[in-house]
Amino acid sequence: MRLNAVDLACRRGGREVFSGVSFRLERGEALAVTGRNGAGKSSLLRIVGGFIRPGGGRLWLDGGDAELTIAEQAHYLGHQDAVKPSLSVFENLQFWADFFGDRAIRVHEALEAVGLSAIAALPAAYLSAGQRRRLSIARLLAVKRPIWLLDEPASTLDTAGKARLAGFMQSHLAEGGLIVAATHGELELSAAQELSLDQKNRSRATEALEPAEAAP
Amino acid sequence: MTPLSALLVRDMRIAVRVGGGALIGVLFFLVVVTLTPFAIGPDLALLKRIGPAILWLAALLASLLALDRLFASDHEDGSLDLIVTGRAPLELVVAAKGLAHWLTTAVPLVIAAPLLGLFLGIDEGAQAGVVLTLLVGTPALTFIGLIGAAIAVTLRRGGLLVAIIVLPLTVPVLIFGVAAANAAVAGPVPFGTPFTVLCALTLASLVIGPFAAAAALRLDSE
Repeated sequence: MRLNAVDLACRRGGREVFSGVSFRLERGEALAVTGRNGAGKSSLLRIVGGFIRPGGGRLWLDGGDAELTIAEQAHYLGHQDAVKPSLSVFENLQFWADFFGDRAIRVHEALEAVGLSAIAALPAAYLSAGQRRRLSIARLLAVKRPIWLLDEPASTLDTAGKARLAGFMQSHLAEGGLIVAATHGELELSAAQELSLDQKNRSRATEALEPAEAAP
Repeated sequence: MTPLSALLVRDMRIAVRVGGGALIGVLFFLVVVTLTPFAIGPDLALLKRIGPAILWLAALLASLLALDRLFASDHEDGSLDLIVTGRAPLELVVAAKGLAHWLTTAVPLVIAAPLLGLFLGIDEGAQAGVVLTLLVGTPALTFIGLIGAAIAVTLRRGGLLVAIIVLPLTVPVLIFGVAAANAAVAGPVPFGTPFTVLCALTLASLVIGPFAAAAALRLDSE
């Protein structure tokens, strides 16, 4: 399985966020997307996830299930945790496991792995931000999908949580999965390619600014 | 559990728990219908004549109440993004959410209607007909409402917009629903004539609603 992107561009609200982004990701490889705030890290992940249409370029998957789109073979872990406060921790995860199908491990095993099994019956309204994030991560473990799209996955996790997440990511890669992660460098992934959205666009960004500054 | 039944169970659980809003609609229905006799006065003949219309109007407005949260709450917490990446067709997903919404908000209205019919002087013989029109007509209201809810999904306070989009589309349902209910209460039109049109409207909206709402959701996520 290989994820290819050639010359991807992204336009949001009429403004070019980035262009000319290319990468090639093989089985068992990770891509760390870096860049300043607003460089388009989240937008790139959302393009790969099929939520927004690319402004240009091509994106395709070799060797995946031809019947399914990339989005249907990918886990998306965004800034929002998709946790319903009135459902219990267990019910939240149970729903996603049932909805997506393709169980990898049982729901309570996934909760055990992220350290939430003791509060499985608690309504999710009482969870802290870090615990909600752990619950989202449990979704990646409970449902088997080859591509993980992680948008700053470690942002609300404590040190132990970050270590656990790194372990999950390593074992996903070891099983031949693909990971695209937007990060500020807090994730320690061995053998990750790095894609910086900064250098490519710095010249374009200043070009776009100059006429506005020159105007009286 | 299949994806769609999982979604149905989840939406119904959320609706009946704290803050879910399943009972808001039926409470609103209760308030409107209870206040009407006080506003109009103790003219039993008049109440009887406008009773079916009051029941239907209250049911229409009550079913709109919780509608704007149908997709917006899933959009705000990121669930909608994930639902779109599921392998179930979005049209069926939307239909399952509509069914859950109907079961939790409209079915209580139908159950409460016979009791409230008494307040409006509708006699026992006609009750069954009026309740039947609500049972058959409310799915049309919900599934037409899906379209408005899907269009307004990205708006933070889309409630009024949903009402403005949805209400004109529900006028035919209201006309034939009230006509059938009136026929059950007073005649002289046979009950079957407007009732079959109401059934047809419901069947059409069951088909059109999910497709239009799914198309709107796909555009919203751009």
